[in-house]
Amino acid sequence: MPRDEIPPGTLYMMILRTLARAEKMHGFEIASAIQQRSQEVLHVEEGSLYPALQRMLVKGWVTAKWDRTADNRRARYYRLTSAGRKQLEAEVSQFERVIGAVQRVIETA
Amino acid sequence: MEFFGEIWRRLTFLLKRRQFDRDLEDEMRLHRELRAQAHAKEGMESAEARQTAKRQFGNTLLLRERSRDQWGFAWLDTFLQDIRYGLRQFRRNPAFASAAVGVLALGIGASVAIFAFVDAALIKPLPYSNPARLVAVSEGNRAMRRTNLSYLDYLDWNRLNTVFDSLEVWTGNGYLLRTASGTQPARGANVSSGFFRTLGVAPILGHDFHAGDDLPNAERTVVLSYGAWQKWFGGSRNVIGQSVVLSGEDYTVVGVLPRDFQFAPRGGADFWTIIQPSNTCEKRRSCHNLWGVARLKPGVSVDAAQADMQTIARLLEKRYPDSNRGQSATVMPLSQVIVGTVRPILLILFGGAGLLLLIACINVASLLLARSESRKREIAVRGALGASPLRLIRLLATEAMVLVAAGCCLGLLSAAWAANSLIRLVPQDMLTNMPYLQGTGLSPRVWAFAGAVAVLATVLLSAAPSLHVSLSDMREGLVEAGRGSSGTLWRRLGAKLVVLELAIAVILLVGAGLLSKSLYRLLRVDLGFQPDHLATLTVVLPDSRYKNNDQIVALARQIQNRVSALPGVRSAAISTVLPVSYNGNTWWIRIVGRPYNGEHNEVNMRDVSAGYLSTLRAKLLSGRYFTDAEDASKPRVVIINRAFAQKYFPGQNPIGQRIGDYVLSRNSIMEVIGVVDDIREGALDSEIWPAIYVPFNQDPDTYFSVVVRTSQLPESLLPAIDAAIRQADPGLGTVEQTTMAARIQASSTAYLHRSAAWLIGGFAGLAFLLGVVGLYSVVAYSVSQRYHEFGIRLALGAGKGDLFRLVLGRGLFLSLAGVGIGLVGAFSISRLLSSLLFGVSAGDPWTFAAVASLLTVVALTACYFPARRATRIDPNVALRYE
Repeated sequence: MPRDEIPPGTLYMMILRTLARAEKMHGFEIASAIQQRSQEVLHVEEGSLYPALQRMLVKGWVTAKWDRTADNRRARYYRLTSAGRKQLEAEVSQFERVIGAVQRVIETA
Repeated sequence: MEFFGEIWRRLTFLLKRRQFDRDLEDEMRLHRELRAQAHAKEGMESAEARQTAKRQFGNTLLLRERSRDQWGFAWLDTFLQDIRYGLRQFRRNPAFASAAVGVLALGIGASVAIFAFVDAALIKPLPYSNPARLVAVSEGNRAMRRTNLSYLDYLDWNRLNTVFDSLEVWTGNGYLLRTASGTQPARGANVSSGFFRTLGVAPILGHDFHAGDDLPNAERTVVLSYGAWQKWFGGSRNVIGQSVVLSGEDYTVVGVLPRDFQFAPRGGADFWTIIQPSNTCEKRRSCHNLWGVARLKPGVSVDAAQADMQTIARLLEKRYPDSNRGQSATVMPLSQVIVGTVRPILLILFGGAGLLLLIACINVASLLLARSESRKREIAVRGALGASPLRLIRLLATEAMVLVAAGCCLGLLSAAWAANSLIRLVPQDMLTNMPYLQGTGLSPRVWAFAGAVAVLATVLLSAAPSLHVSLSDMREGLVEAGRGSSGTLWRRLGAKLVVLELAIAVILLVGAGLLSKSLYRLLRVDLGFQPDHLATLTVVLPDSRYKNNDQIVALARQIQNRVSALPGVRSAAISTVLPVSYNGNTWWIRIVGRPYNGEHNEVNMRDVSAGYLSTLRAKLLSGRYFTDAEDASKPRVVIINRAFAQKYFPGQNPIGQRIGDYVLSRNSIMEVIGVVDDIREGALDSEIWPAIYVPFNQDPDTYFSVVVRTSQLPESLLPAIDAAIRQADPGLGTVEQTTMAARIQASSTAYLHRSAAWLIGGFAGLAFLLGVVGLYSVVAYSVSQRYHEFGIRLALGAGKGDLFRLVLGRGLFLSLAGVGIGLVGAFSISRLLSSLLFGVSAGDPWTFAAVASLLTVVALTACYFPARRATRIDPNVALRYE
């Protein structure tokens, strides 16, 4: 199954978007959700996921709390904060603007 | 807002780093387990699933570091790690670490302690409101820049000037305080009514003087110092309105000054009263007894004020030529008047301490350099394993910082201790006049200075080994096994450092030598009398009870008779001013029968008893001393000193000449009956002024000193002398019971010279030691490094003498280079000492020669031991030596 690299700079946006859909998620769930949503095209490396989550904690976009999973394992759940929601909107609109522009450039005449 | 939230989150992270690591660990473990579970579901075997999950996850350690990096404290971890590493290094080599820390503590401690004094005296502003605008105002003349101001001149200056917001005057005063336990002398000051307002000081209790308090019929009022309030009034708030008897007069207490109030020009004054111009002196324009202090108008410079006052002084000179001829005005910043005498000494000491600090840093730097030489291999291995040069430099800098931090802590402790002990060494009398030194210690500015010193030292100390890292070739470090080309850099740089150390040591030694020689000359200066076996004290009579001159003369006679009768006393005499006090208390004289051009011939005037000059054992050059019988009923007579005779009667016989005051008023005419050799009336280092000695019995005063020549130790007789004088009249006060020798030793001139000589001497001694030790270690190290080479030389037929000469020659070269550079440096710097030197020139060839030979001899001795070791090398052992 071919897997593509996540375009640089979009990981935060995708994590934020994924968290915005659910109430709370732990790291593995976030990675799986992104993978599923992208129909197995995008694969989130653990090596980038956890540093990214830490970065988002520093920025205050998400909060983390320990809780139990459905099958009673301890897991750290991340929730979106209002600052995170604002950041998501900003990143999405910027991304769309950029992607629209890129498309216009590469459109065949 | 968000910014602070982020800072807050980062800081909480800093405190919970362990928790963070555990959380991340748990989180990642769960991730791997779930992944393995997923793989198992896809049909993998559980072991394989776990393996794959683990492989996919990658390097957890790296991941953890990268996650942690997000919080931005990576540098802290590295830093702590480096510190731990540094500490471990030093624990492994305690001799090196303690030597380095000790030397640094010495340098830092000395410079911080001296800086504490510099701060207290020169940097901390005077405790008045807007002190930069306060100036000291005085008269002046050709002989002295600052002289007292007369009251009438003050009134004119105050009326005519356009540069001051206010101009006030003050003068020192002594009071006899009547207390329940008897009469006590107390220090006081007379001030004009706006004095405290001009300084910007308000009483904490009661009120200040009011304008008009100085009118002749106004109630006499007094403002107390905080100390006087505590000491004599128990700090009671009811003190305002109470009456206090000072020298027999009733005063009403109107105010109490703040605890931190100080006025250095009249240190320790407890009773502040107002100047009542009813005194005879205040009515004469030629009677100078006041000092001025003024607040400049905003925007007016000291120079502008000086110019304005000078104009007024010229005006008065024209209007009152008799009294004001040659009288100019002097305006100076108040701070300059207060700390002017200690400023050069403090700056010299600060410079000395700075040099010591520099030498300490160089010493430790060369220690570090030598050590980095032996750590070459370790550094090379680290480099090979991927540490960047920057990272290595950071490691070495952190190590240097650990050393400096330890040295700085120890240095601050010793500085606090040293500042404290130095303060305690200052004679009490001097400390009273230097209130600004109170509270000398670790002020915020001193902390800041110590911090700056620490940063500089760290930079300096990390520079040396870092240079090593950046210059040396890693590969070479890995390959070589500690011989051959090793140590070339150290030998070159280390040798330069040691030359620098020796040069600095020479500069400090020359400074110490000059100051010591100056002190020696000062304490052996010709006084014109014999200072040993002289007891002295000062007597204050209550003016109110001694209004009549005959009463004073009678009491003075009685005091001399009582004291002379004491066992162990050879003779007793009195004078209004003791020798080695000050040039001043002057008179303007004129010689009868000479044309007079109106200029003021200022001479020291001392009212002395008949036995005074013989009690001092002064040398009579011609004529005779006066007798006790020569009192107001007899013609007036005077004895002059040699300087007077040379200036006013060159080539003539002064005996029989007559002199008088500047208008030759009839009752001032005196006949010269004797010439005495110059007695040092002023400070030890001041020049000799023309002086006249007038019979006390013809010109008595209620304030005089008693001089007693004893046959046994003078201090042992002081209590008996004091008691005998008090028996003559229990209402009089006695102060300053001491001996002439102690007075001279404790005089501020002697003290300042002594402290400069001792402290710079101490710095120089330490610098000398560090320099010689530095030289020794350079030479000894080079011998140990060239062990192998020397073995080959011996095997090839070199004689032991050749090796000895080789090593000693190198030591000699280094020490001569150090001494030479040091002498040149000392020669150009020692001129800064000129103002502190007495009886020795800044370029004194003997001092320079002595320092140069001392240092060369000691340096050669230090090199002798490693040189001898070189001769004892066994070529068999040396060739096998790796």
